[in-house]
Order: sequence, then structure tokens, then C-alpha cells
Amino acid sequence: MKLLNFNYKIKKIKIDIKTYTLIFILFLIWLLFGYLTGGIFFSSRNLSNLLRQMTIISFLSIGMTLVIITGNIDLSVGSLTGFIGIIAAYLQAVMLPEILQGLFPSLSTGGLGILSTILTIIICLLVALLVGIYQGYVIAYLKVPAFIATLGGMLIFRGAILGVSGGRTIVPIENSLRWVAQGYLPKSLGIILSVITIMVIFLMSLLSRSKKKQYGFEIKPFTYDFLIASAYSVFVLGFVLIVNNYRGIPNPVIIMVVIAILVTYLANNTKFGRYVYALGGNIEATKFSGINVQFVIFKVFILMGLLSGVAGIVLTGYVAAGTIGGGMNYELTAIAGCVIGGTSLMGGKGTIFGALVGALIMASLENGMSIMNMSVFWQYIVKGLVLILAVYIDVASKKNKS
Amino acid sequence: MGGNNILKGEYILRIENVTKDFPGIRALSNVSFKIKKGEIHGLCGENGAGKSTLVKILAGVYPHNTYEGKIYFNDEGIKFTHFSVRQAIKKGIAIVYQELALISEMTVGENIFLGRESEDKGIINWSKLYSDAKEILKKYKLNIPFAAKLSALSVGQQQMVEIAKALSQEIKVLILDEPTSALTEVEVISLIEILKHLKDNGVTCIYISHRLEEFFRITDNITVLRDGLVVDTVRTAESTEEKVIAMMVGREMKERFPVGNRKPGEKILEVKNLSAGNLSAQGKMAIKNISFDLRKGEVLGIAGLMGSGRTELVTTIFGEYGKHVTGEIFLEGRPIKIGSAREAVNYGIGLVPEDRKKMGLVLMQAIYKNISLPNIRKFSNALSIDKHKELNECRKYADSLNIKTPSLFAITESLSGGNQQKVVIAKWLMSTPKILILDDPTRGIDVGTKYEIYKLINKLAENGIAIIMISSELEEVLGMSDRIMIMCEGECTGILDRKDATEERIMALATATRRYNLSETVKF
Repeated sequence: MKLLNFNYKIKKIKIDIKTYTLIFILFLIWLLFGYLTGGIFFSSRNLSNLLRQMTIISFLSIGMTLVIITGNIDLSVGSLTGFIGIIAAYLQAVMLPEILQGLFPSLSTGGLGILSTILTIIICLLVALLVGIYQGYVIAYLKVPAFIATLGGMLIFRGAILGVSGGRTIVPIENSLRWVAQGYLPKSLGIILSVITIMVIFLMSLLSRSKKKQYGFEIKPFTYDFLIASAYSVFVLGFVLIVNNYRGIPNPVIIMVVIAILVTYLANNTKFGRYVYALGGNIEATKFSGINVQFVIFKVFILMGLLSGVAGIVLTGYVAAGTIGGGMNYELTAIAGCVIGGTSLMGGKGTIFGALVGALIMASLENGMSIMNMSVFWQYIVKGLVLILAVYIDVASKKNKS
Repeated sequence: MGGNNILKGEYILRIENVTKDFPGIRALSNVSFKIKKGEIHGLCGENGAGKSTLVKILAGVYPHNTYEGKIYFNDEGIKFTHFSVRQAIKKGIAIVYQELALISEMTVGENIFLGRESEDKGIINWSKLYSDAKEILKKYKLNIPFAAKLSALSVGQQQMVEIAKALSQEIKVLILDEPTSALTEVEVISLIEILKHLKDNGVTCIYISHRLEEFFRITDNITVLRDGLVVDTVRTAESTEEKVIAMMVGREMKERFPVGNRKPGEKILEVKNLSAGNLSAQGKMAIKNISFDLRKGEVLGIAGLMGSGRTELVTTIFGEYGKHVTGEIFLEGRPIKIGSAREAVNYGIGLVPEDRKKMGLVLMQAIYKNISLPNIRKFSNALSIDKHKELNECRKYADSLNIKTPSLFAITESLSGGNQQKVVIAKWLMSTPKILILDDPTRGIDVGTKYEIYKLINKLAENGIAIIMISSELEEVLGMSDRIMIMCEGECTGILDRKDATEERIMALATATRRYNLSETVKF
């Protein structure tokens, strides 16, 4: 029993080392850009922008992590993001104003705008859900390989974008939808939120200790847990203070954090999550354990569809228009983010946290190079090289282990 | 060190004080023994005793700086460094693994010369390649068509291709790592013939197997390893199976099969006229009109050669064998239809599959996750898994099955074969099944663990679980079953009571359709 706990500890530490390497690389990139841009990169304004820039890809990377863990891939998410984005723009600029004006003539323009935004979000998520159901059905039940099914989807949604928009950019977008993607949380609210978060961190740490005690598992020294919780707290508070120094927490960052926490919980603490990892590791063995593997894959693609929907809505709010090029190549950046974050394309391995750090690395590269006024062609080349390098490091470290 | 009484040239391989460490484990500790030129040297020991590690060192899989000690080949110290497997082959040492490393879409000839195609200015000389292949097969009396695609051959024939591939490189020492674990009885016999022929041609063989009787059929000397140490090297002619087993497990094994106190109860499962086929099998039925029943607390053994339909039968019952299933299944008197493993599990049926790596385990995951995979529902609601409760339960089963691991968090792949099998069994025990199907549960497992599994089967049966056990070993079926069902060519050719069953009767029924012309090769 002693041995069991000892190895448990060792394993925990190992995982941490791997995550820390990734964060270390991220800071290295940041330091490099900080140096090259004469500190502009580290201004609170830029850091705030950087975080907002990563959000849209992050939504996709979060969903993509689960997709890749099941051993599948989704190439359609970029087109789907653009498709949902164009639907959002179409609803806001063309369809809803007329209908709502007819239905509620007494409402003010502002009220109508908010109503329009709420309806837009609901309809867009519904469409994204339907698309997810369709793709999930084709892949899980009709057994069309995900690569092909979503390659087809990529073309279909890109075509649908052209169909809906008629080839034009669609404007205007309501202020309320722009606020969702461009706005900031009031600074005081940010502080309150961070305090609540810190309280939750400490509470969960204590809860986990008492659970472990109840089942007779060894617990780490109180000071250890306390220090870890404190470190997280310092991180949260520091983050809020930095962005508050500019305008506050960007709204989409809040959405991203909430979704990331929810999906991480889903992956680590539910049956669904356990099945996702298991079938990615060995689909036959999982099936022979009496698990409905098709239904699990089906649900993963539904979630991916929904998250693409969120990305599309935020995209339209951020750009303040529906464009035909919306979401172009996002699938590749999202996949790159997952892979850099340690998700194995062979399936069975990967974390949401890693995907987020991966997405942040990709966004940092783009952001830093833009500040330096590097040509776009260099940006593409550097991003491509970093992707290959990241996977090489992963492969090389595995080789060393065995 | 060494060399005192050694006649020069007498030994082709001398292993001196070899020690090899893996993180946290000493796989070999001060291993020393000698292999004579031209002998067949058996290497045996329980899983995890260090056999595979040792032969991997000999074959250059682990380069010389990863272990301590010395190895002499023809009295010359050898140190394999980079591309060490190639160096080993050049010296004349090659290994044939249990898992075949061949390309199924290529022909026999292409496989034999893969990477060493006879070229003429960069263009492959196919006719030379095939005539060379033909010659090698002929020289060593390997009866395989040289132009056939590998996928068209049986596992046994593929193994021979692997051997031919090694021999085509002027091999002096051939290492066979459990060559017979996937072979049928008939194929084992022809493999043994081939090895004898190789011996006549001056090739030295190192032979690893779990089937002890094979050692006594072919080897000259046997070296027994236990926990990374050499127990002894004995002359085969002067030893017995019992003595070797005692050396392997470190104690005297009184009986191979534990005595149980089973009392078969009421009928729990009844199968009537079950047939199943696969469209891909060209309309041939995999199982035909099979009927049998199973009682609570009973062990029903299923015997049959490979390809007799025994695995297809149990996967059909488990709901995972193709479509086109006809016939009836009654569980506790009620007719049921099982269309998937999920339904089978819900009815209280568990299956320990034949291929545990492919179908039984998620090898890359932690042990506890594998144990709880079919049982997560027990620890969770729609919102969350109670991980502490889960770990606690897994720990109970891991302890009661005596799974040897430093931690339940260890990756399942890191366990030895026997312990992996225990993990598969643990996961089904936790699901508290009414019926447990074991498909060749002791395949590739060492004697000590086998005995533990037999004891476990007895205990389960005593607790009222009905057990169906397929086995490739006649002794095992005879030793463990209350009744034995024999299959041949997809049909049930007989069900015998334990007291009426003998090896001869089972073998006769297993070959009842007379498609196999056994009389010439097999002596009962």
C-alpha cells in the first residue's frame, strides 16, 4: 500500500513536469517577443488583446481535443464557424430587424437590438447543434471516416456561406452582439469574480483532502496543498490585475474559461469522459466492455458542433460583420493547438488545458509577429515550423523514455 | 573471470554476469550461462522472469551500454552499439518474435528479402529474388508457396516465413520467443521437425516457450530463470517437467490443477441451434447448429483446434460476432436476444477475450481505469464519477487477485502478460456476472499465474457463477471442466462428462470431420 501511494506521487509529479514544459516554452516565446518588441508585447493592453485573440480558436481546440482523443478528426470546424458566423450576421442585419419590428413595435431600438442578439445566439446554437448531430450521425453510425465526412463538411459549409451571403459582406451587427465579443467585464466585477474563484480553489482543495481521508488514501502535507492553492490564487489575481490595468477582463475570455472548465470536468469526472479516453485508446476493448462506442463518438461530434457555433457567434461579434472568408483555415490552427498541447493524433491522450496552452502559443506567435510588422508570409512559415518542432519534441521525448 | 575450464570453440554464446535495470525494476541480475554450438537450448521461466529481456540483449535490441556484463560470441566479446539489431544479424544472431513482424500484403519471397532485395542498378531483380526464396524454403524443408501473399497463409506458416527470413541471412544462432503460442497442435509438430532439421544443419537455437512438454521434445539443455536470476541449467535428458516447474516457481508444485468443491446448480443458460456466419467468409458458416446448456456453478470447457469456431461461438453469445445469427438463447428460462456487448453485459455476461491486448485492455491507460471500465456506472451518476470510491473498489479486486504492480496508476502495458490477464478478469469480476466466458485464459501465461487463475475459476464456480472456458491445452480442459464440449469445423461434435473424457476421445472428436489428416503426424 505504501508503494501504491509512492508511485501515485511520482506519477503526479511527472504529469506536472510535462505541463510545465509547455508553459515554459510559452514563456520563452513571450520573453522573446517582449525583447524583440521592446516591451510592447507585455503591455497590459496587448496581453488583454492576445487573450481575446486566442478565444475563437480556443473554442475549436477544446472541442477538437475530444474529437482527436477518440481517434477522429474534424476538418469542417473552420467552415462551420464561418457558416454560423454568416447566419448570425444574416439574422441580425437582414432577417430579425424586420420581424421583430413587426412583432414588438413598442420596443426601443436598444431593446430590439438585445432581443435580436438573444434570438441570434439561440438560433445559431440550434443550427450548430443540428450540424453536429448530422456529422456525428454520418461518422458514428454510417461509419464514414471522420476525415472524409468532415472534409466534405468543410466544402459544404464553405458553399453554404456563399449561398447565405450571396458573396457579400453582411453588416450591420447589433451593439449587444459586439459587446459579447469585444466588451469587457466591469473592473469591480472582475475583482469580485477573482475573489470568488480563489475561495472556490481553496474549498475544493479542502474537500478533496477530506474525501481522500474518508477512503484511507494518503494525503499530501497540508502546507503542500496550501501552497499549490495559493499559487493558483496568485495566478488568478495577477491575471485580473493585469487586464484591469487596461479595461478589464474581455468578455469572450470569460466564456472561454467557463467552457474550458466545463469540458475539463466532463473529460475527467464523468462516465462520458472516461469512455472518450478509453475508446480512443482501444475501441475494440471498450466495445467489448459493454460500452456503446458509437453513441459516445456521436456525442463528441455534437459537442464539437456546438463549440463551433460559439466560435461563429463570437467571430461575428468581434469582426462586427459576416464575411465570406470567416473561419478560413481555423481548423488547421485549432488542430495545431491541440497537437502542440500534447494531444496524440493516434487517440487516447490529451488534455483541454494543454489545448488551451497550445492555442495560446499559436495566438502569441501571430500577435507577436504582427506587432513586429513581420510580413504575413513569414507568419505562416513560422507557425508551420513551430507546429513541426512541437511534435518533434514530443516524439523525441517519447523515444528517450522507451 | 570465466574461461578456466572452457574448451575453445565449444560454446557459441557465453553470457557472463549480465545485469539489466529498467526504471524501478532489475530485470536481470548477474545472469551467466553458456550455450553450446549446435544445440537447442530451452529458456524457461515465469512471466517477468527476464527471458525476453535476455534474448533482446543477445539480439541487439538493447545496445551494450544499456546493460552490464559481458557476452562472448564464438569466444569473442561482442558489443552491439548503434543499429544494433543489424549488427547482431551480421554476426549471425537473429530473433523470431512471438508477434510476427511481416507485411501481410506482400508475398512470401518479398517478405523474406525485405530490405535486402537483389538489385541491379537500383532495379529489383524479381526472378533472382524468387529463385533465392525458393531455394531457402527448399533447403530447410519449409513447405510454403514462395509466391503466395502472406495474408493467405495460416499463422503457423507465417511463423515459418519469419524463420526463413532469419535463415536467409546466414544465421548461426536463431532465437525463437514463444513461437508456438499461436500455433495449432499440428503446426507445433511441423515446427519441431523444422528445428530438428536446423540443428542437423548446424544452427544453434534458443527456444522460449510456456509449453513445457515441448522442451522435452526438442531441447538439449534447459536454463531456468526466476526473478531475473539463473536458477540452473540442466540437461533435458536428466530432468523432468515437475523438476523444471519446481525450479521456475521456486517450490514443489504438488498438483497442476487445484481441487475445487463445485456443486453445479440449476440451469442458467440454454443455447439452441445457434448458427452464425460472416458475409466475408464466402457464405461459410462459422458456427453451425450449436446447442448446449450451462448450470450455475459449473465450468463448461470448450475444446477444439484453432479455427474450430470456439471463439466465434462465444463472441456470438456475447453479441459481437457479425450478423446472420440464427437460433435461440435462453437465460434463466427466458428467451433473450443479444445484439451487442452492451446488452450481454446488462444480462450479466462477461467475456475475457482470446486476444487480451486487442480486445480486453486499453493498454495505454492506468490499471484502475481498465478495471472499472465496464463498471463506471456503479461509481457515478450523470454528473460525476466518485473517483475515491472507484479507486477503493479497484484496489479490493486488485488485491484479491494478487495483481503484481507497484501502483494501480501504472500503465497497463507495463504489466506482464499474466498480470494483464488478471486485470481483464478483475474488470469482469467487479461487474458481478452470472456467466463468465473465458476464451483461452491462460494462453501465454506462466505456470504460477496459471495456477492462481485455476484457483480463481474454482472459487467463482463455488460462488455460483457459471463459467465457459475455452482452452487450447487438453490437460487444462480435462483438469478444470465439469463437462467438455468439443468443436470441430464450426460444429459441436460432442459433450463429455469429466469422468468420461480422455485426451484421446477429445482429440478424436476435435478432428471428427476428418478434414485434417492427422494420423500421419500426430501420435496419441
